[in-house]
Amino acid sequence: MGVTIAFWLLAIMCIISALAVVLGRNIFRAALLLALLFFSVAGLYIILNADFLAAVQVLIYVGAVAILVLLAIMLTRDVTAGGALNKFRLPALIFSLLLVMALVYSVLSTPWQISPQAPLETTTAALGEKLFGEGGFILPVEVAAVLLLASALGAIVLVKEKDGKWKSG
Amino acid sequence: MEIGLTHFLTLSAVLFGIGLFGALTKRHAIAILMCIEIMLNAVNISMVAFSRWVAPVDLTGQVFAIFIIVVAAAEAAVGLAIVMSIYRARQSVEVDKADLLKG
Repeated sequence: MGVTIAFWLLAIMCIISALAVVLGRNIFRAALLLALLFFSVAGLYIILNADFLAAVQVLIYVGAVAILVLLAIMLTRDVTAGGALNKFRLPALIFSLLLVMALVYSVLSTPWQISPQAPLETTTAALGEKLFGEGGFILPVEVAAVLLLASALGAIVLVKEKDGKWKSG
Repeated sequence: MEIGLTHFLTLSAVLFGIGLFGALTKRHAIAILMCIEIMLNAVNISMVAFSRWVAPVDLTGQVFAIFIIVVAAAEAAVGLAIVMSIYRARQSVEVDKADLLKG
C-alpha cells in the first residue's frame, strides 16, 4: 500500500517537473525543476530495490549534472530566453505522442516474463561483484574510465580561449 | 492494483516522450541538453525496472544503468562546454543561430 502511494506521488512529481522543464519560460527555473526530477527518479530507484543506484543518482545527477547546468546558464546570459519553441512544434508533438502511444501499447501487450525470485535487499556488494568480479564488466569499466578522462580533457580544451589564456571577466 | 513492471515502463515511456518533444522543439541549447537528460533518465527507469522484475538477482539492468549514468555525465560536460564555446563565439545560445556550416 505504501509502495503504491509512493509510486504514484513520485510518478506525478516526475511528469509534472518534466513538463515544466519542457514548457516553462524561465530556463533557470527549468534547471531547478530538472534537479527535482532527478530527485524523484532517485525515489523511484528506492522503490525498485536499487539503493546503490539511488545514491549514485543523487550524487551524480542532483549533485553534479544539475549544478553544471545551472553554472552554464549563469555563464551564458540568456537566463529568461528558454521558453521559445521552434517552428516544428506541431510535427514534433504529433511524433512524440505517436511514439508514446506505440511504446505504451507494446508495453501493455507484451507478456513479460516476471521472475518469481525476491529482489536483493542490498545491491552494493552484488553490483561490485558484477562490475569487478570474474566474468563481469571489467572491460567496460576500464573503457568508461578512458571516456571520462577524454570528456574532462575535451571540456577543458573547449572552454579555453584560443590563445591559451583563460577568460577574465 | 499492485505496482508492477508495466507501471514503471509506462512512466518511462511518457517521460521519454516529454523529453523527446522538448529536444525536438527547444531553441535554447542548454534546454535541449536538459531534455536529453530527461530522456536518459527515462531509459534508466526502465532499465532498473527490468532489473527488479525480470532478473532480480542478476542485476544486469542496474549495471547498464550505471554505464548510462557515466555516459550521461560525460555528455553533459562536453555538451555544456560546446555551448559555452558557441556562446563565446556568437554571443547567443540559440541553436538556430549556430548555422556556420550551412551552405
